[in-house]
Amino acid sequence: MDVRIQLHVDGEWRALTVDTRTTLLDALRDRLGVMSAKKGCDHGQCGACTVLLDGRRATTCLALAVAYDGAEITTAQGLTNGGMPHPVSQAFLDHDGFQCGYCTPGQVCSAVGMLDEVKAGQPSYVTRDLARSVELNDEEIRERMSGNLCRCGAYVNIVAAIREVAR
Amino acid sequence: MTGLLEPHAIGQSLTRLDGPAKVTGTAPYAFEQPVGDPLHLFPVQATIARGRVTAIDSSAAEAMPGVAGVLTHTNAPRLASDEDRELWVLQSDQVAFRGQFVAAVLAETPEIARHAASLVRVEYAEEPHEAELRADSAKLYAPDELLAGEPTNTFEGDVDGALAAAAVTVDQTYTTPMEHNNPMEPHATIARWDEDGLTLYDSTQGAHTVRVTLAPVFGLDPRQVRVIAPYVGGGFGSKGMPHAHNVLAGLAARMAGGRPVKFALTRQQMYSIAGYRPPTIQRIQLGAGADGRLTALAQDVIELSSKIKEYAEPTGKGTRVMYAAPHRRITHRLDPLDVPVPTWMRAPGECPGMFALEVAMDELAVACGLDPIEVRVRNDAEVSPESGLPWSSRNLVACLREGARRFGWERRDPTPGVRRDNGWLIGTGVASSTYPVYRLPGSVAMIRLLGDGRYRVSIGAADIGTGTWTALTQVAADALGVPCERVDLRIGDTALPMASVEGGSSGITSWGSAIVAAAQAFRDQYGTEPADGAEVVAETPDNPDAARFAMQAFGAQFAEVRVHVDTGEIRVPRMLGVFAAGRIINPRTARSQFIGGMTMGLSMALHEQSVMDPRFGLVVNHDLAEYHIAANADVGDVDAIWIDEHDPYVNPMGSKGIGEIGIVGAAAAVANAAYHATGIRVRDLPITADRFLS
Ligand code: FES
Ligand code: FES
Repeated sequence: MDVRIQLHVDGEWRALTVDTRTTLLDALRDRLGVMSAKKGCDHGQCGACTVLLDGRRATTCLALAVAYDGAEITTAQGLTNGGMPHPVSQAFLDHDGFQCGYCTPGQVCSAVGMLDEVKAGQPSYVTRDLARSVELNDEEIRERMSGNLCRCGAYVNIVAAIREVAR
Repeated sequence: MTGLLEPHAIGQSLTRLDGPAKVTGTAPYAFEQPVGDPLHLFPVQATIARGRVTAIDSSAAEAMPGVAGVLTHTNAPRLASDEDRELWVLQSDQVAFRGQFVAAVLAETPEIARHAASLVRVEYAEEPHEAELRADSAKLYAPDELLAGEPTNTFEGDVDGALAAAAVTVDQTYTTPMEHNNPMEPHATIARWDEDGLTLYDSTQGAHTVRVTLAPVFGLDPRQVRVIAPYVGGGFGSKGMPHAHNVLAGLAARMAGGRPVKFALTRQQMYSIAGYRPPTIQRIQLGAGADGRLTALAQDVIELSSKIKEYAEPTGKGTRVMYAAPHRRITHRLDPLDVPVPTWMRAPGECPGMFALEVAMDELAVACGLDPIEVRVRNDAEVSPESGLPWSSRNLVACLREGARRFGWERRDPTPGVRRDNGWLIGTGVASSTYPVYRLPGSVAMIRLLGDGRYRVSIGAADIGTGTWTALTQVAADALGVPCERVDLRIGDTALPMASVEGGSSGITSWGSAIVAAAQAFRDQYGTEPADGAEVVAETPDNPDAARFAMQAFGAQFAEVRVHVDTGEIRVPRMLGVFAAGRIINPRTARSQFIGGMTMGLSMALHEQSVMDPRFGLVVNHDLAEYHIAANADVGDVDAIWIDEHDPYVNPMGSKGIGEIGIVGAAAAVANAAYHATGIRVRDLPITADRFLS
């Protein structure tokens, strides 16, 4: 069954028709030609499809597009800083936090969302003191970024990039 | 000996030239190339491991609105060559492995294609199959040669006699499991036929490799096949050669009336279509004097191959160059099974083989009561043990010593199982690493002076995350004697001159040598004041020094391991790699290559195992939730450094390949550290918690 929906993608309203089976990821890639969100597994197992969905990081392969009519989506392509690269994107570039680049837009969106979660005081599995504000040490970064796999093994540089932005 | 390029751009830590497009996600990978009005393809895979298709009912699929066609072996266009049975797609009713393509649906949307594929009914006549590698298999045979033409066997001296006479011996069997490459970008192709032939936007390590491999399969002249692949989301070998999905997309495109056909494998489908590292069973026998000097060295390998296409992993290749011993034996035997076709995976040969050898060397050190670094130093080979040639450069010992210094090795108490911290047993381990310097023939570089003072450098090479865009620009800049800004590099397209595959860590040596030759020809022909449009082409020259020297990169891998006393949980807080790999073209991207390899080695050590259910011929853990690869939290402080190495013989850049050496020996260093932590020797990968809980 086809349904008309609207999505606010990277600052622009886009109207589109989706099959009710179409994932948000396929809506972006196959219907709108927005390729910044990547498909690595289509099963919520790799994080390559991560975007900011209404301000929070989300894996778009696990979301059905029809359920997100009117949603605001920011991909790594839309993450800019007044025409300049977003500080997280720039830090990935400076620290060589990627090789093939396929997991990278998802990593960047995930990092941006994760930093907001930390700012909001949300604890993680490795947070020791729940009463105090979170100190974003390497262990916290690694834990919070573990939903984004990188087969090129750029983790060390990804952590360095995020550490720099968080400082 | 070649005069080395004077390094100006070479050695600079440029950030990746393709970086801005990659961090924003705007670099177009294969599936993302804009094409108008595409059809979508979804395959049907065999649900038996061996037999015949007896009937296919595609009526329900064909009746579905939006379905453009169903391909089966009865209606698919005929292919021209069955020389490569992996690529002989939908040409007969034979099923050679579970997961083989037996049909496919072309449809207007991916959702319709996938649903319709689920409606195709296939009936089979099943035949008995074998899908389990067995050391006692009656079918074991010696291949004529290994993967890249290496000899199957080495027989030198009297190994059994030397073992019998040795003061110290090690005789153990080591196993490595089936492992899947799992690049993050699934294998994908967009295929289109028109009057000129076949165009593929492909995710590949070699656009030209795909062209020359597929042209005869489709009965085309290579010039009728165009392959475009500027950005590739990893490969690690599985994208080194085209696989069945490329052929299926080409067949479908031929039936699509000129419309492009988009086809990306799902992660699950990759486990039967895209290749994998075959499992190995390796018996290693070492004989040594009490001083730890090897007198005998034997490695007898039994490994999986597929019945329809031989794949002979060169597992003993690293052993042939690592250590000197007067009596040596290295053998390989294949067990051909009814399974998907294996392929290259990062450092085929060295990666599994050096796991076994380097754990065995650790066992030898323990047996001799010697430090594991000292044992390796004492057995350092002055000349290449197999060929007898001197090394163009060999700095294994320097890597071991430098690593020992930086890792804090001198404070190490060799006693296993005695360091305890808050419920964790702690240990450290070391292993050697090596990888050959390969130069593949046949690449051609074209250099042309553009009107704006820049030089266009064209070569159909690949960047699979290796940094080719950046590193080749640096090589070209120094070859032409201009800054990088004046180089306009073009790669990733068969419309550009021939380039060898990005494999065997051969890229910079093969393509860079062609670029240097072209730059030299350009200057010879046009001097320093060429006219706009001046142009030359040149081919990768042979290296005359290759007959005089053995050429290998070497390295030393260090790991610290913590094993929890109660749970057996194993953590690796620290890894250090020290490499001697000639001149480093770009330190920033080189470090990524090294630590990326080491991280994959850590993943191999602790996580990776494709679990084959022999009853069905199926890898049961065929996705990223069940086939574990290292995640961020699995990786601690991984660092790589390199020592200055001057090698004027390898190529005009003085560089050795670095894409694979990072994985070689990494798993052995972890296993050796786990032994040091616990006193328990793990000889079968992966090293899981249960090994420490007996
Ligand atoms: S593609 Fe969505 S998590 Fe992998
Ligand atoms: S950069 Fe290749 S998968 Fe992360």
